Amino acid sequence: MDFVDYYKTLGLERTATEKDIKKAYRKLARKYHPDLNPNNKDAEKKFKEINEANEVLSDPEKREKYDKYGKDWMHGEEFEKARQQQSSRSQHQGFSGGASGFSESDFSDFFESMFGGARGSSHQGPVQFKGKDLNADLELNLSDIYKTHRQILTLHGQKIRITIPAGVEHGQEIKIKGKGGKGINGGPNGDLYIKFNVVNDTSFKRDGENLYTTVDLDLYTALLGGTLTVDTFDGKVKLNIKPETANDTKVRLRGKGFPIYKKEGQFGDLIVTYKVKIPTQLSEKEKELFKALQKLR
Amino acid sequence: MGRRELILIETLCIQYEVEASFIKELHSIGLIEIEKIENDEFIHEETIGDLEKMIRLNRELNVNIEGIDVVFNLLQKEIKMQEEIIALRNRLKFYEENK
Repeated sequence: MDFVDYYKTLGLERTATEKDIKKAYRKLARKYHPDLNPNNKDAEKKFKEINEANEVLSDPEKREKYDKYGKDWMHGEEFEKARQQQSSRSQHQGFSGGASGFSESDFSDFFESMFGGARGSSHQGPVQFKGKDLNADLELNLSDIYKTHRQILTLHGQKIRITIPAGVEHGQEIKIKGKGGKGINGGPNGDLYIKFNVVNDTSFKRDGENLYTTVDLDLYTALLGGTLTVDTFDGKVKLNIKPETANDTKVRLRGKGFPIYKKEGQFGDLIVTYKVKIPTQLSEKEKELFKALQKLR
Repeated sequence: MGRRELILIETLCIQYEVEASFIKELHSIGLIEIEKIENDEFIHEETIGDLEKMIRLNRELNVNIEGIDVVFNLLQKEIKMQEEIIALRNRLKFYEENK
């Protein structure tokens, strides 16, 4: 457990006045408040630190004790005596709960040790607030999200059944209402935000709703035309190859791409790129014939 | 469209210890929707999260109603930009993988 320099946290000198403390605290709170920094863990951590610093420094009694014993919190009978005498009569000037959720357990070990974790409150009655919003990551295979499906997750000991719509994007987040932290003083539960990490387990490349694939085309079919069977996400299709198809020619198969998010029955396109394969290890006969062809050109 | 729960403004004022005038001002600036049924005024349950945020901004950071409006507009912009960043990152990844 390390000593926490509350003055440093608020960017103040030890000689700071009450007004200086309030001003520094308000300035930092405006910068790091969780409502202004959604899903920013660093800001949340910083916010808790400045809240704790303010909890101590804005309370004359706590500040005096901190100034007197702060650095020597681990030593001396006097400190222990003072710790035991700590009561919860102090006035709270910090933030309330809610999405900026700040509970006793959010204080550092140093604070808990010095002030016994007791936290006064200036609230007259129990104010109800929505519980804390929670975040979770969910890894999905690209092949899983081709169709809308249901999944049961176990989070924080509770089973949550979610519907994952087809076509979700990598990095996309969905909100599950009421599955976050418990409401404060009987307030509604917070929400659960699930972020999808999509892993491509297929040979297709995905760009939004469109899929891309590359297929080999033999030289003779490329030159003379013919048919080619190509894999799509939901089966095989037979393609007609025009005569004299050049290498890297792209064809667009409408509606054979990925499902469009929240647009049931609508799909993007599949773009097929032909890679013409040049025959190798030519026989003498083949060489002769190619030379003959060359002469014709 | 699913069923939308309505919560009486009076109840909210008691629960959150705010004046009804505060909620009405938020409504007048277009930040929350108020529904009037006979003589009672309600807000939709799904906007509670936003309302709480507005109360905290006002109470904890001393942000006035106009300031809350500005903050919400900027947060909306940020959400849109985040979505755009995700889409662009995925697109960049696609092109990098296919170099």
